[in-house]
Amino acid sequence: MLNGIFSVEFVNSILRATTPILFATMASSVAAKAGICNMALEGMMLLSALFGVLFSALGGGIFGAATGLSQFASFGVGFLLTVLVGGIIGMIFAFCILQMKADEILAAIALNLVASGGTIMLLMAVTGEKGASNAIASVAAPKVTIPLIESIPVLGKILSGQNLLTWLSLLSVVVMHLFLYKTPMGLKIRAVGENKDAAESVGISAKKVQYIALTISGMLASMGGFYLSGGYMNMFTRDMAAGRGYIALAASSMGADTPIGGFLVSILFGIAQAVANLMQLTTIPMQLIQMIPYLTTLIGLGVYSYVRMKRRKRLLQSE
Amino acid sequence: MKIYSNGVVANEDVSLDLKKGEIHALLGENGAGKSTLMKVLFGIESPDQGKILLKGQETAIKSPQDAIAKGIGMVHQHFMLVPSLSVAENIILGVAPVKGIFIDKKRAVQEARDIAEKYNFHIDVTARVEEIPVGVKQKVEILKALYRGAEILILDEPTAVLTPQETGELFVQLKKLKENGHTVIFISHKLDEIKEICDRATIMRNGRSMGTYQVAGMSTDEMSRLMVGREVVLKFEKKPAERRQTLMQVRDLTVHNSQGVLKVDHLSFDVKGGEILGIAGVEGNGQSELVEVMTGLNQNYQGTVRVANTDIRKKSIKEIRNRSLAHIPEDRMKSGCAGTLNILENLFSNQYERKEFSGRMFLKSREMQKKAKEWIAQYRVKCSSYKQKVGMLSGGNIQKVIVAREFSTNPSIIIANQPTRGIDVGASELIRRRLLEFRDAGCAVILISADLNEVLSLSDRLAVMYKGQFAGIFTDAEQVAEDLLGQYMLGIKKDEKLEGAIYESCETL
Repeated sequence: MLNGIFSVEFVNSILRATTPILFATMASSVAAKAGICNMALEGMMLLSALFGVLFSALGGGIFGAATGLSQFASFGVGFLLTVLVGGIIGMIFAFCILQMKADEILAAIALNLVASGGTIMLLMAVTGEKGASNAIASVAAPKVTIPLIESIPVLGKILSGQNLLTWLSLLSVVVMHLFLYKTPMGLKIRAVGENKDAAESVGISAKKVQYIALTISGMLASMGGFYLSGGYMNMFTRDMAAGRGYIALAASSMGADTPIGGFLVSILFGIAQAVANLMQLTTIPMQLIQMIPYLTTLIGLGVYSYVRMKRRKRLLQSE
Repeated sequence: MKIYSNGVVANEDVSLDLKKGEIHALLGENGAGKSTLMKVLFGIESPDQGKILLKGQETAIKSPQDAIAKGIGMVHQHFMLVPSLSVAENIILGVAPVKGIFIDKKRAVQEARDIAEKYNFHIDVTARVEEIPVGVKQKVEILKALYRGAEILILDEPTAVLTPQETGELFVQLKKLKENGHTVIFISHKLDEIKEICDRATIMRNGRSMGTYQVAGMSTDEMSRLMVGREVVLKFEKKPAERRQTLMQVRDLTVHNSQGVLKVDHLSFDVKGGEILGIAGVEGNGQSELVEVMTGLNQNYQGTVRVANTDIRKKSIKEIRNRSLAHIPEDRMKSGCAGTLNILENLFSNQYERKEFSGRMFLKSREMQKKAKEWIAQYRVKCSSYKQKVGMLSGGNIQKVIVAREFSTNPSIIIANQPTRGIDVGASELIRRRLLEFRDAGCAVILISADLNEVLSLSDRLAVMYKGQFAGIFTDAEQVAEDLLGQYMLGIKKDEKLEGAIYESCETL
């Protein structure tokens, strides 16, 4: 067990577990900064996991799913289409809550339930199976091998050979940070999320800004979903999001909805997941082990609330 | 520049003209229509009739954005700032200078600094808004408007949240703005401030303008008379008060609001059964805070409040109400009723637990329906049935439902906070008569009202509240001249020694 923890494989397994949560955490951050709790992340991820398999199989059909360049091209088609659909789902969600004034939590629950049932129905319609997409020849995201670094001991095995999407998820942290804190649109998003009236009083359309934020949120969530069926695993299985959308909500909120903070907490959850994976080799009952990531979420949220409460108390006293 | 606006209720035949480079006061009591007029000017509301002329040309101001584009800026009473952003970011929000795809932060800070310097505002533009004091926040608001090219600046009660020092500083800056050719509309009901910095004043009362005057040639007395003058004298057949035992005792009550501002300042008074104590005053002088303590809504106070001989500290609202205290809250939509519930449900919200209406498990709906119908008839609530949602009724009828509910418990103490504000004459009349009936039956009534007519004609004793204290108290309310009352309300006059607030007989606390 300890040997397992101090191995290169374990670090890789952390990164593997972190990637989908990280995408979803960024998705949650951008929505939260715009003042919306995007609880629909779970459903968005699940839908994208299935679309990822379907679209990359489509890409495979066009380019052939061999190796090298054609693998990259078919993955590219699948990925881009999935992200596009993810953006559209985000927009539909935005339409429901901003235009139709549906309660954001209820709309999210509806979307999550539709995703859970809808993906199985769609899978059934396409493959005739209800559980998994074994029958579809989907194309997974390529791994990135870095020629020189590859040969460095330990570090080389970590830096090289990672899934392309893992790199992309790390990049998304930087991009989201720059976007939210350095661009005019980011400033608008933060202003709308914090004081809608103030933003509107200077002529910012809060609705438009929230539409944009939710579209971006949907796109990021779909990247996380794509990774689940095209990286973490090589197929779609029913309900494979497995609460990651909710974990991401917790991670984002614990990280004060900032990309950097969310990134750090995501890694924590990644570690919990990796430990759980590792412990499956022991004799401890499976059910207990599977609780670990969720238990970590619960404890994390508890700690977060406690710290925030203390901080607020101190602020009140200092006044 | 000339502005005419004409609405139905809030504003009627109001005209206001502004000259370039003047500080123009808009003077009036709360509810006189100042805010509505400003909302029209800032494009938040559109006038039903009348026109607005800007630099000699007729214009329509469609939205706040439109107003900003036309050079009108507004500083709201509640600041429109984003707390976690810096001062500079708040100033440039929505019109940020860019370099490539990113915000040009250096230029943003520089531009914010430039505009602050130009108007002599000494503020650190890199500080976060949540960390700066209220006075500075206001400066940021003004800068925000100036950065967007405002030539006309509307300040909605700018001094309400400021300390005297901050107020002084603001005045220096406003004068500077005036010298620079800006026009300032200064909304206030504080006469001394208007005397100090305004050139001309338009006085409003009941949604009408009472004329525009040169401030220099006018005394504060004249202003106050135009502002609060009484038009119609209400007449009620009133028996002399038969005072009974003391039911409400307040001693040395001091209340700070959540921002730590002193709102009620060592206030002491008594109210006996069978009399009406009127509390007059311009809104915001501590009346709401006083009521909150007396009704148990706010437990955070110093001093003692005794309701029917029981100290109410640490008593729940329910326990206080069970000592037969009734409360007609000032904000009927927020704390007076539940708008989405029906009339019956609202009528019983304070008494559904009473034995007559509630069994062990279920409410006795038949009894409740019977009573509800009875009360609806008694208070002449205009509705289709008791099943109608309260939120769908008119203001006057909502108030009748609340009053019916509060009076139906047969209270011995009634706290009526602005009971007839914004409702029609008929409903007001009904409520006032009921208050008198309760007084005659031995009930202690505390009537808080900004309506001079009302307090003068109903009260047996009358106190005027100013800055958390009683500025004056009159033991024979009917003999008070309204001019005099106005001077007390606006803080021109203040009695150093108060007589008649406390009854000698109950100094046993």
